[in-house]
Amino acid sequence: MASIVLKDLSKTFGKVVAVDQVNLTIQDGEFFALLGPSGCGKTTTLRMIAGLETPTSGTIFIGDQDMTNCNPRERDVAMVFQDYALYPHMTIEENVGYPLKVRRINQAERKQRVTDVSNNLGIGSLLERRPGQISGGQQQRAAVARAVVHHAQVFLFDEPLSNLDAKLRFESRGFLKHLQKELQITTVYVTHDQAEAMALADRIAIIDHGKVAQVGSPQEVYLRPQTVFVASFLGNPPMNLLPCKLDLAKRQVQINGSQIDVSQVSQINGIKTLVSEGENLSLGIRPEHISLYAEETAQAFPAELYVTQPLGSEVLVTLQVAETTVSVRLFTDEPPELPRRVWLKPDPKRILLYRTDGNLVA
Amino acid sequence: MEQRRPILTLKTGTFFLSPAIFFVILFLIVPFVWIIVVSFTNQSLTGATALNPEFVGLQNYLDLFNFDTWLTRGNFGSSMIITLEFVIGSAWIGQVVLGMGLAIAFYRRKGALREFVNTLVILCWIIPDVVVAFSWSAYLDRDYGTLNAILNLIGLGRPDWQLAFPLFAIILFNSWRGAAFSMLLFSSALATIPPSYLETAEVAGASFWQKQRDIILPLLRGHILTDMVLITLWTFNTFSPFLLTGGGPAFKTEVISIFTYRIAFKFFDFGMGGAIAVVAMVINFALALVYLLMLRKQAVYS
Repeated sequence: MASIVLKDLSKTFGKVVAVDQVNLTIQDGEFFALLGPSGCGKTTTLRMIAGLETPTSGTIFIGDQDMTNCNPRERDVAMVFQDYALYPHMTIEENVGYPLKVRRINQAERKQRVTDVSNNLGIGSLLERRPGQISGGQQQRAAVARAVVHHAQVFLFDEPLSNLDAKLRFESRGFLKHLQKELQITTVYVTHDQAEAMALADRIAIIDHGKVAQVGSPQEVYLRPQTVFVASFLGNPPMNLLPCKLDLAKRQVQINGSQIDVSQVSQINGIKTLVSEGENLSLGIRPEHISLYAEETAQAFPAELYVTQPLGSEVLVTLQVAETTVSVRLFTDEPPELPRRVWLKPDPKRILLYRTDGNLVA
Repeated sequence: MEQRRPILTLKTGTFFLSPAIFFVILFLIVPFVWIIVVSFTNQSLTGATALNPEFVGLQNYLDLFNFDTWLTRGNFGSSMIITLEFVIGSAWIGQVVLGMGLAIAFYRRKGALREFVNTLVILCWIIPDVVVAFSWSAYLDRDYGTLNAILNLIGLGRPDWQLAFPLFAIILFNSWRGAAFSMLLFSSALATIPPSYLETAEVAGASFWQKQRDIILPLLRGHILTDMVLITLWTFNTFSPFLLTGGGPAFKTEVISIFTYRIAFKFFDFGMGGAIAVVAMVINFALALVYLLMLRKQAVYS
């Protein structure tokens, strides 16, 4: 059981800055996700926590102890890699028991603990097999079993689900979350899949170009992204971002010739200090927070219908507003008949306003 | 699956292959059979038995394995022991172990030092034998050699390497020459091991030696076997030490190939020379057989 603190952590490879002054505090027992596009530095951060990379500068604390320059073996962590790294020349039993073997735990206890963990994870009947003889999902469980078996104080996962097909990935997601809640072990989970991070994590750090763009619970980062990057990275489809012109005095923005009231936007009162009258902003609104009207409506702006995609329980409508593509999610199982020209009304409480530099202002 | 049609008829194919088959028969099969025949005669290069060799039955073999004298310097048994020492020293330790050590030392490392060592090791390998032998001769020379110049400078005297430690000299020479092959083979084998295998072990708490023992060695088993058999065969048959020591002094470096050469082409006893060659051939066959059997066992295992 341990918390993890990263202080001003940086890593450069030659001239490339992979991780740039990262500060994070991960609570004891927390399921924490590092989310970002490939090459953003999330895996490098994880590898520094594991001790597989040495930071260029900064400090790493695991459970109040400064571990910045410690060997991996002193850190008492367990890591699961994307390719599982099961040893092909060992049976599943030998693979799962390997961390115990290197710690010189005697054979009887080793066998007992491997059997317990394997039964618990549903691979108890596969112990005699070799990794090449079991399925991808079973391999993943074996890799997790090897991480669990020696009671490490921290779990590190490096995209452990990306080698599985969609159905197995969903299953394994539930399995991992359930296991983590049961064991209550501090977990750092690296992924580029926003749905995975949202589904699994207690808190998410979104990483962009080596920097932490935002940290928060899945709800916080989804509903109030602090930057345009986070807004457009989370959600499928991502948040709509519409260019608009601010009218401070009337508490309105102008989109495609219509006036939209923004007086109910949270923190709108503080906006004066951040922007000036008539400034161009981006209005952010999630696809599920837009209502769609066939006729002209107050507080709505016109849009051209592009395409509708029925997805079973919902319908995804794609439209053009001036030069911008807008997605609207309708919770209906019947694809509606829509005219070419429709009106979109954003939920006034859900509107977010971003400055042209990408930062949230209200 | 569709049957593949040959692009040549059997006749044309045979025609094209016939020159190669002819030369293989002439230079490989015929001498192979001839040497077996000769080993049962007293044929020599000069004298009465040169023209009219007599069939002597197993006499040549009995002389080779005459256990009263065979361990005397310059006899077959003594030469076999020297060959064994030469193989263990320069093939197993000097090439397989050293090559693997170098490969592991530079595993997943980049930079000038690696390139420098790689280049040096490969250079040792591609320079022609005669040049290498001459260089070593010059290097180890008692009065003018580089090694003794250095040793003398730090006050260790001037030992006569080729007289006092002749076997050590040829072991050094052959290791220096051959380590590159093993290093390259093991380097490319190591490159096929995913880094995550070793990183998982590292995070699990494995030490450097535990990683070698539990992961690297088992995964390289097949490569080690191949390397070992090939190097053993090559070292067993190599004639290059002759260039450095000529088999001497006092037969101290007379490995089996040099022994064969001396009996056949210096003493002109073709019959005895043939018998030694046949014994050496049987040993080679046995090694190759062991190798093939182990490979097959490995294929079943995986």
